[in-house]
Amino acid sequence: MRFAIPLGMFVLMAGLLGYGLTLDPKKVPSPLIDKSAPGFVLSRLHQPEIKMSRDDFLGQVWVLNVWASWCVSCRAEHVVITRLAEMNLSPIVGLNYKDEPKDAKRWLQELGDPYAVSLMDQDGRVGIDWGVYGVPETFVIGKDGLIKYKHIGPVTNESLETEIIPVLKQLLG
Amino acid sequence: MRILYRLILIFGILLAGTATAGIESYQFKDAQMEADYNQLVNELRCLVCQNQNLAGSNSDLARDLRRQTYEMLLEGNSQDQVKQYMVDRYGDFVLYRPPFKASTILLWVGPFALMIIVLWLVIRNIRARSILIAPDQSGLQRAKDLLSDDLPSDKRENS
Repeated sequence: MRFAIPLGMFVLMAGLLGYGLTLDPKKVPSPLIDKSAPGFVLSRLHQPEIKMSRDDFLGQVWVLNVWASWCVSCRAEHVVITRLAEMNLSPIVGLNYKDEPKDAKRWLQELGDPYAVSLMDQDGRVGIDWGVYGVPETFVIGKDGLIKYKHIGPVTNESLETEIIPVLKQLLG
Repeated sequence: MRILYRLILIFGILLAGTATAGIESYQFKDAQMEADYNQLVNELRCLVCQNQNLAGSNSDLARDLRRQTYEMLLEGNSQDQVKQYMVDRYGDFVLYRPPFKASTILLWVGPFALMIIVLWLVIRNIRARSILIAPDQSGLQRAKDLLSDDLPSDKRENS
């Protein structure tokens, strides 16, 4: 009985701290899930004279991948995004975030271009509207224009298999 | 006195460094807007450098979010509207003072609950001790009897 209280407190603290270790403080839960995708009007990277808006994608399932040529983990992610593109499940739109067009173009030339279309967000305003706080980030948007899934950080083969592909397949019916 | 004066000056310079990490200079419509802006950038968290607010961070994102804050205020949004805009996109985490709700109840109530529990434990402990310390009457009487017996002085020294 003498040890019950300190022991109980220890177990409680150890339990809470142990649970804390399993959480990633860098992962901020997105409040955007099941909300309407924020609107935008952006120039295309390869044809700046053509602007595209959110509504151009309405009615289809699509993936938005936020990347930049200055982002190191985007390079690691590129292989996985390319794999997803080769599966032809849905168009992948590249959001080139706070980048120089010539750097971005060179990056795509060098590594290959998995994107159906690349859009330029040079001043990062669209990024803020989408709640982007670090690149890379990946969104899955449904036919109804709602954000169904958000991945923060580089997409790995594992997260592609266990999260993104199942979400896409479910949305595509 | 002179040293004190110098120390104050040095501290002032050091503090000024942190206060002006946000380097852009914005033109404010009026004092109210400036006050709103300063309050917001001090209360909103920079998400890439998580233990800094927008005012104290030089990161790219913090700069963009300061610009967003400024522009929204310029358009006539209130402080609450700017906060709501940020919360809608980044979640409650963006606020240094999270709102009181089910998921944050432990955060707000936890410290006080812990204090009450500890206080209760301390009081219980003190009470238990005072019961132990309270002398029992038969023992007290025996001690008195022993003391009242006259002992030879040499024996008293040896014992």
